[in-house]
Amino acid sequence: MNLHTTRIELRTSPHVVKGLSVEDIMFNVVLALLPIAAFSIWQYGLSALVLLLTATVTCLLTERLFNYWSGEPNTLSDWSATITGLLLALTLPPSFPLWMTVVAGFVAIALGKVMFGGIGHNVFNPALVGRAFVQAAFPVSISTWAPAYASHRFTEFIPTTLTWPLMTPPNIGPWAKQALDGFTGATPLARWKFEHVATAPYDLLTGAATASSGETSAILILLCGAYLAARRFMDWRIPVAVLGSAALVAFLFQLWNPARFPDPGFVLLSGGLMLGAVFMATDMATSPVTPRGVWVYGALIGIVTVVIRYFGGLTEGVMYAILLGNALAPLIDQYMQPKVFGSAGRKT
Amino acid sequence: MTIFPFLRRKTFARGVHPAGNKGTAGMPIRRMPFAPRMILPLAQHIGKPAVPTVSAGQEVVRGQLIARADGFMSVPLHAPVDGVVEALELRPSARGPWAESIVIRTYEASTQAVRWGEPRDMDALSPEEIIRAVQETGMVGLGGAAFPSHVKLTVPKDRAIHTLVVNGCECEPYLTCDHRMMMEMTDAMLTGIRYAMRAVGAAHAVIGIEDNKLDAVAAIRAKLPADGSIAVVAVETKYPQGAEKMLIKSALGLEVLAGGLPSHIGVVVNNVGTLAMLGRLLPAGQGLTERVVTVTGPGIERPGDYWVPIGTPMRHVLEWAGAKDVTEREIILGGPMMGQAVASLDVPVTKGVSGILVFDRRDIVAESNRKVYPCIKCGECVNACPMGLNPSMLGMLAASREYDSMAATYHLGDCFECGCCTYICPSHIPLVQQFRVAKGILREKAA
Repeated sequence: MNLHTTRIELRTSPHVVKGLSVEDIMFNVVLALLPIAAFSIWQYGLSALVLLLTATVTCLLTERLFNYWSGEPNTLSDWSATITGLLLALTLPPSFPLWMTVVAGFVAIALGKVMFGGIGHNVFNPALVGRAFVQAAFPVSISTWAPAYASHRFTEFIPTTLTWPLMTPPNIGPWAKQALDGFTGATPLARWKFEHVATAPYDLLTGAATASSGETSAILILLCGAYLAARRFMDWRIPVAVLGSAALVAFLFQLWNPARFPDPGFVLLSGGLMLGAVFMATDMATSPVTPRGVWVYGALIGIVTVVIRYFGGLTEGVMYAILLGNALAPLIDQYMQPKVFGSAGRKT
Repeated sequence: MTIFPFLRRKTFARGVHPAGNKGTAGMPIRRMPFAPRMILPLAQHIGKPAVPTVSAGQEVVRGQLIARADGFMSVPLHAPVDGVVEALELRPSARGPWAESIVIRTYEASTQAVRWGEPRDMDALSPEEIIRAVQETGMVGLGGAAFPSHVKLTVPKDRAIHTLVVNGCECEPYLTCDHRMMMEMTDAMLTGIRYAMRAVGAAHAVIGIEDNKLDAVAAIRAKLPADGSIAVVAVETKYPQGAEKMLIKSALGLEVLAGGLPSHIGVVVNNVGTLAMLGRLLPAGQGLTERVVTVTGPGIERPGDYWVPIGTPMRHVLEWAGAKDVTEREIILGGPMMGQAVASLDVPVTKGVSGILVFDRRDIVAESNRKVYPCIKCGECVNACPMGLNPSMLGMLAASREYDSMAATYHLGDCFECGCCTYICPSHIPLVQQFRVAKGILREKAA
């Protein structure tokens, strides 16, 4: 034993840490997104696969490029750009042209994340920033839907996928009709809004409905979210608040006028609400940190979503509801600071 | 308010669950032999340093008074060994700066017997006399705070104390000295509790023990007095359960007001080890010359709880407990969550040292390789802070040096530096360390 030549380390307490890191959290979110991505590939075939790959690779390359330009170390290893890429792809229609996907991925990272200072500093969910940009830039392509379970989906692309850059994609209609008989090309939300036809809840739960590539199966999204919540990589209060408030508002509207407004189950299961509530609104950097603030934030997103869907010009409102929630998160935190232990009766 | 109190373990809100690592809990306390030289800093408690009553060259007997208390906010020191005072000089202290200390060379024939002190009849003493007797023992809070015990037992006249809370939580990982003392000194501890109850005028005492020590709960329950004045409650094993305010909340359901003391709501808290030692020392009229120290950690070959004479140099303790031959180590006084790393092996064991924890190179490398990320606002720290603060916000303010805003708007003053935020942070931001710096700067500004 040698007590004399040993170097003594000096640190301040605590001398032990939990050992959980940002990479662990982000990697587990990626893991939780993989089943959803796999299901979208199963439904939409080759096009969904290349859409996912394109979005993810674009996000990673964009982040690496900005690392290089700013002379900072490589930040790809924290997995957050991978999450942005996967989430972005899952919110896009499976038929979305690849060159537009590249634009969306670049905007998501460049404007949504790097411009604010990178991981943790972004105000808005980067994937939604990318999606909002292409929704404004390519309104037709982002509302063109392809049928799921088309017969040759694993051997041929949806015709619009391989559109040349800067070109307008071809009309998908003839191909879709030939791929799946009776396909109308409208999402359940659009059919409800414009044709007043409600889709069966069973189809919404299991994914047999027209939608963005990753928004189809509510059950799968909930299962993957439950995994994250159980391992404490996600704040369960946010999806509960979003879905709960959306259901409550929808319920009240239906009480008021059952003929005009759909039932709460339809509101919860249709469109991007499930994916948004579980994977987008829960983005840590852009949601509040205070426990009470989280409930306010979630409730706000749920209410705004339903209001946009019912009274707005768009068929879907989740994206703007979450972006609005992101913008308000710091303000919500400001007013929802936790109660200090023993502060009952103290004026602060 | 809990709707189903029987369904919930007694506990406080938030906190963290670090790995216990209490492998030494099952081993009996062993004695550590005397070191050839003992170093006794005059200031090993909170308050004014003691005043030496011996001079260089003088012979002392184990248990003899060697430094008297300087006023009320001070405690005396007693010789831990039979020996001769070698010098009164500056020696390295745990805090870093060299401190005035009494150095005693141990006689080779020195025995463990304490030959100093007169037995006294405790039943005849008034509360004031008990408190004076406590000061004479030189007792301080043995849980780590080293706050003079007699000061803690002195209640301002305008406050009535209804309950003495006895802290047997030992929520720090690795430490087991309180656990062993509850097991092996149960009678002395109950005696000490009764003295403390009389001193503060409390009709009830509640012993709070974390539920990872149910053997201690059972051992104490078996010996409780029949009048029901002393009770034992098992509280959830969660850090920082042993913090005064947290334990009062868990055991009694009362919240100490922010910025207030337990005595404001009629409670005084004392550590089990402190009361066990008082139960032993007060009737014998002796002074505090030794304490139980947990010596453990990955860098120790023979971990365990030891009776260590006050003043034993760290080097002697590590040699005896078998420090592994490593090139790098971190030595921590106290537990890993709030303990203090020491820079020198010549630092002695003082009254407030509850544990000596040795980490080896592997732990240090793992710690050094951790990458710091920006705050991702996951909210884990907010969910961990037992005081209900917002460490995430405080951390961002500290980074931009807005110290005044930290104190004025975000209650920095309520932080007691338990370290839950740093422990849990996935971005590895040194939150509590930043808060200490901020508090220091604010103190300097105020001065």
